[in-house]
Amino acid sequence: MRLSTLMTRHVQSLFGAFGRLARAPLATALTLLVIGIALALPAALALLVRNAESATGGFGRAVDMSVYLKSGISLVRARQLAVEARAEPGVAAVHVISADEGLNQFRRYSGFGAALDALKSNPLPNVLRIVPQPRASGAAALEGLRRTFARWPEVDMVQLDAQWVLRFNAMLAVVRRLVLIAAALFGAGVLAVIGNTIRLEILNRRDEIEVTKLVGGSNAFVRRPFLYTGVLYGLGGALLAWLVLEGTVLALHAPVTRLATLYGSGFALSGLAGRELGGLFCGGMALGWLGAWISAHRHLRDIEPRA
Amino acid sequence: MISLERVSKRYPNGREALTNVSFFVDRGELVFLTGRSGAGKSTLLKLIALLERPSRGTVTVNGRSTGALKARHIPAFRRHIGVVFQDHKLLADRPVFDNVGLPLVVAGAPLAEIDKRVRAALDQVGLLGKERSLPMELSVGEQQRVGIARAIVGKPPLIVADEPTGNLDPDLALEVMRLFKRFSEVGVTVLVATHDLHLVREFGSRELNLASGQLTGGTPDPLPSLVASR
Repeated sequence: MRLSTLMTRHVQSLFGAFGRLARAPLATALTLLVIGIALALPAALALLVRNAESATGGFGRAVDMSVYLKSGISLVRARQLAVEARAEPGVAAVHVISADEGLNQFRRYSGFGAALDALKSNPLPNVLRIVPQPRASGAAALEGLRRTFARWPEVDMVQLDAQWVLRFNAMLAVVRRLVLIAAALFGAGVLAVIGNTIRLEILNRRDEIEVTKLVGGSNAFVRRPFLYTGVLYGLGGALLAWLVLEGTVLALHAPVTRLATLYGSGFALSGLAGRELGGLFCGGMALGWLGAWISAHRHLRDIEPRA
Repeated sequence: MISLERVSKRYPNGREALTNVSFFVDRGELVFLTGRSGAGKSTLLKLIALLERPSRGTVTVNGRSTGALKARHIPAFRRHIGVVFQDHKLLADRPVFDNVGLPLVVAGAPLAEIDKRVRAALDQVGLLGKERSLPMELSVGEQQRVGIARAIVGKPPLIVADEPTGNLDPDLALEVMRLFKRFSEVGVTVLVATHDLHLVREFGSRELNLASGQLTGGTPDPLPSLVASR
């Protein structure tokens, strides 16, 4: 078969499949709705994770720890300790915050300026602010670092400033895993829906399939329009899922922006874009194709012409 | 073109439709297969069109033994046989043009060629101008001729017809048989199953008579030696 002829055949199959879907608009719409919602749910979860990550992105990396030295430790000794701390594995930088600096900062930010002036001496200790290396900013690594410093005799206490960020990241990891599970489950659902729809279509067109095989149509030839139907279902479902997500983002945009403003953040919800959008559409079409293929493979074999 | 060697066909329900049938049909021959209904005519045609496989014996069509043919080679095999069915087996929701063109579409012919050959086939059966009609809009006789046009459109070397004149009035039946005769004159092998003995006699072609699944007389095999040499 010539290539141009083969192309023509494929285009015919595609338009034929499209035409058949268009001729039964209600049934097609219902099937698309089911597929669209099934695709939209895991995609919405993925969107939630991504937005949560970007909302916390500014301080997500801020997993510094504050090492409070005992009050008798001098600033000179603190500087020596800072050099030693810098040599610990997993430490990116160490800043010394002297007791005086600490007091100034506290005066500036706390609003207790007048009360602090009443104090005769500075009650604050010298502090080392440890910035861990990015690869050492996981929960376990940070905890290890915290213990190391806590064992130093000069150290009073170590405070992990970003405990909640770690917890939040751990939660995101849970949701991210949920996204995968949801995608697998709903993907299987989409496969089943498309497979079943194609099965009914095959049974409906049994006579046509029989006659086509009778005049020498190969299984591949008979299968082709059904595969295109499956791909179209997947594509339509993905399109619907996208619209659903865009609508959701649009509806949530104003309240989320207000919430972010109250937290002093310029964060705004964003919809699917670029790779994610491509993933949704490719995933939808791949599921459609696979569902149709499985169904066609199972059921077309059974239809052999009987004269 | 067609050779059967000691062919038997037993259906899964235990009925033996054909018993020890052997015959040979040469290229370009027009052969009538006669016998009462239930004598095994349809089964014989199914074995040749590879809609069924023999239980015993060998069916060889166009130099290929159907018993050894793998499933994936069946479509190509069927494209070399034009089959006419008693109940037409037309697609009710497709116009005549699509029905007749189906074997060419399946074989991957270019569109321009499909257009040309479908018209030529419809012309031969006297239905030119009915391309856009749906089968149901045609008379039974016309539907039968659409089926014939579909069988010949791919220019197969072998045409197999099961009661092609069963639903036609005598004039139309004669016309259809003349059509088959013309095909055989240009080298196409034609095997027609029919119970219309009157029509068969009129053509004076070879006749194979089946009774209870066995060949009983008819005109003898003209070239029995070819069975072995193929």
